[in-house]
Amino acid sequence: MDVIRAIEAEQMKENAENFSVGDTVKVFFKIVEGANERIQIFEGLVIAKNNSGIRRTFIVRKISYGVGVERIFPLHSPRVEKVEVIRRGRVRRAKLYYIRDKVGKAAKVPEYIRKKEA
Amino acid sequence: MLGLIGKKVGMTQVFDAQGRLTPVTVIKIEGNVVVADRTEEKNGYKAAVLGSIDKKKSRCTKPYAGQFEGICEPKQCLVEFRDYDKEVKVGEVLGVDIFKDIAFVDVTGTSKGKGYQGGMKRHGFGGGRATHGSKFHRDIGGTAMSSTPARTFKGHRMAGHMGNERCTVQNLRVVRVDEEMQVLMVKGAIPGPAQSVVIVKKAIKK
Repeated sequence: MDVIRAIEAEQMKENAENFSVGDTVKVFFKIVEGANERIQIFEGLVIAKNNSGIRRTFIVRKISYGVGVERIFPLHSPRVEKVEVIRRGRVRRAKLYYIRDKVGKAAKVPEYIRKKEA
Repeated sequence: MLGLIGKKVGMTQVFDAQGRLTPVTVIKIEGNVVVADRTEEKNGYKAAVLGSIDKKKSRCTKPYAGQFEGICEPKQCLVEFRDYDKEVKVGEVLGVDIFKDIAFVDVTGTSKGKGYQGGMKRHGFGGGRATHGSKFHRDIGGTAMSSTPARTFKGHRMAGHMGNERCTVQNLRVVRVDEEMQVLMVKGAIPGPAQSVVIVKKAIKK
């Protein structure tokens, strides 16, 4: 098992998971077109994180021209350049699949506001 | 034919330069020692005998231990490779680096035992309907013809013991060769459970 752990550790990014479920994020995703390489940004709500270790993935959902679009990104993929958090969300569950059935205000996640330390 | 004895470590996944994921099986190569060299003059054919995985001397019979005398400690696993491509000397220790320039390999191992299984799982038979009054569910169906020949032919596929037999997966792509860890990574699955002994050979069809 240790051999496998060593192989996986080699490819894992450090501190890659700087966001949590419910956050609105910008994913900087590298796209290779022939010799060209450009970065595409996918912005949306993180509705789930799955698996662990090198297999860790997360699902980002956004509404594009009125249609819900979801993308699964492998967290440690070299093509995911970085993940930027735009807004922290206050959620009470680990998987926000219920959002798929909601529209309008019901599909919103309230912002997480940290209480000031007294 | 180049080959080595290895141990299946398990499966994982690796990203390549383009960011594509490849499922890989990790095979550990543990000190393969050349135990004997079969030659045309002496044996009538060419081959190299490799041994791997230490075995306690107290667990060996004297004739078995005798094969290793003056070469190395007794080994659990002894495999003869016909027409070894590389020039080897008795006592030499081979590492995973001999697979460095090889793109495809065949892996032989003992598959996981599945126990006594029916025709559907063992041979992929279709079975019958589950519902709508059907009384034919997972049976194998007819096994022979009528009064001629009035018997079931030998070798007819039926229920029985499945798995735990030698089997080979051919043409697995070598993804990475790690000399530091003495580890070989091939794309896809190989037979047997983790920690089982496997024989890795250069692919014969590529």
